[in-house]
Amino acid sequence: MREYWKNGWGTMTASELIDLEIKLLMEGIFQVYGYDFREYAEASLRRRMTQWLSGSSFATLSEAQSRLLREPALFENLLRGITVNVSEMFRDPSFFKVLRERVIPHLKTYPFVRIWHAGCSTGEEAYSMAILLREEGMQGRYRIYATDIDAEVIRRAQEGIYPLQELQRFTRNYQQAGGKASFADYYTARYNRAIIDPSLRENLVFATHNLAVDADFGEMHLILCRNVMIYFNPSLKEKVLNLLHSSLTPGGFLCLGAKESLNYRQLASCYNEISPRTQVYRRSYGCP
Amino acid sequence: MAAPENRIFKAVVIGVSTGGVMALKQILTALPADFPIPILVVTHITPTADDGLAQLLNSQCSIRVKEADEEELLAPATVYLAPANYHLLVERRGILVLSVDPPVNFARPSVDVLFESAAEAFGHSLIGIILTGAGHDGSRGLLQIRQAGGLVIVQDPADAEMDSMPRKALELLVPDYLVSLAELPALLCRLTHTTHQVNVI
Ligand SMILES: C[S@@+](CC[C@H](N)C(=O)[O-])C[C@H]1O[C@@H](n2cnc3c(N)ncnc32)[C@H](O)[C@@H]1O
Repeated sequence: MREYWKNGWGTMTASELIDLEIKLLMEGIFQVYGYDFREYAEASLRRRMTQWLSGSSFATLSEAQSRLLREPALFENLLRGITVNVSEMFRDPSFFKVLRERVIPHLKTYPFVRIWHAGCSTGEEAYSMAILLREEGMQGRYRIYATDIDAEVIRRAQEGIYPLQELQRFTRNYQQAGGKASFADYYTARYNRAIIDPSLRENLVFATHNLAVDADFGEMHLILCRNVMIYFNPSLKEKVLNLLHSSLTPGGFLCLGAKESLNYRQLASCYNEISPRTQVYRRSYGCP
Repeated sequence: MAAPENRIFKAVVIGVSTGGVMALKQILTALPADFPIPILVVTHITPTADDGLAQLLNSQCSIRVKEADEEELLAPATVYLAPANYHLLVERRGILVLSVDPPVNFARPSVDVLFESAAEAFGHSLIGIILTGAGHDGSRGLLQIRQAGGLVIVQDPADAEMDSMPRKALELLVPDYLVSLAELPALLCRLTHTTHQVNVI
């Protein structure tokens, strides 16, 4: 703040003002609704906030703030606009191939495994995992917990219904990921929608969970947190990583998105990437 | 505002689509290894690509070329390419951010997304460049760079392999410089007070 005093009043640039408005609003939202966006990466948050604003009737965020803090429905609407829920089945096929070939063999050595998808969005990733485990003969020996901050995406994940036009890409991903069956076995097409085989939902639990404020899950063998932390600033990344770490059993696996890494993280020394650029990290046994 | 040659720039952003590989090669091979500021590039490459293009360019250029990593701090004399399937943004402190937000203008990475964030991060200390390409990605972002006081350069449509992106940009603004690819490296060196390296390839 200091520098601005030097220059006198009113010398913030338009974009600095917007950042300030975002900060103030996020503080308010945290106190009123408990949603904590205070440590999200500025640039991408700002982009989505300004997008939401331009589609609203408000001229500035300050103007919107008064109603956002009083009207839950309006806040819900903002929430829709600022969370990014884009997902795919078998997103980054080569990653799922690594899971199949290098991680599942380890999991098979346990009588029962627990898997956590942190930031599961509309469920594509969790269903992909269920398919993978079934094809690798682990049926009945696992439980998948799939969580997200956003109750609406959790509701849609539970439904397991996706637009049919996306299935072409899902199918291609599945094949590239080394799928052993025909992807069509896993859904029923009805009109323009694909309904996921409900039996894939056995042992798959969807729930809301906020990585920024909620407690850990405990004793997971495999955790996927892909394309979630890229939206966080470094201090929130550290915090969330600690949460994931304390939920992961020694020798367990932590998987990040294609362009994420543990490079700058304090916990980096507790993990070894199973091979470069796989974004699959194994927790070493020695780490507390 | 001071004459362009007397201004201090902190970063260059480039948006390019169809014809991008050749265009980037021509420009980047002609820049010196000690080019004083970072260059951020969005090119619409195929979604399945790995960092092959960055490696290829790096092997042919004296300036360092790499794929942008999440949370990376911008360094001088380095070219950062947006990775396939991610938007590239930059924060005010010069830190790179990636996102999987939906495609913009059917593109991810999108030039508009990079330009908009760079305009906000660097204001008048930014050089924005639109090169050859189909579609109209980048024109809105270039306008935002202009509005934030940055310097804008557009490739002459007559010189472009695909003239649609430059044309769309020209519909929105009159650039500070309208240049051919061949003229661009020398211009960038002049604007950043660097000695221009003659392209010997
Ligand atoms: C881009 S999606 C990633 C979906 C999936 N993991 C993938 O890679 O395809 C990011 C998800 O993270 C969720 N998210 C954002 N902040 C969160 C938080 N604090 N706690 C839990 N989930 C969060 C969003 O709601 C969104 O569904």
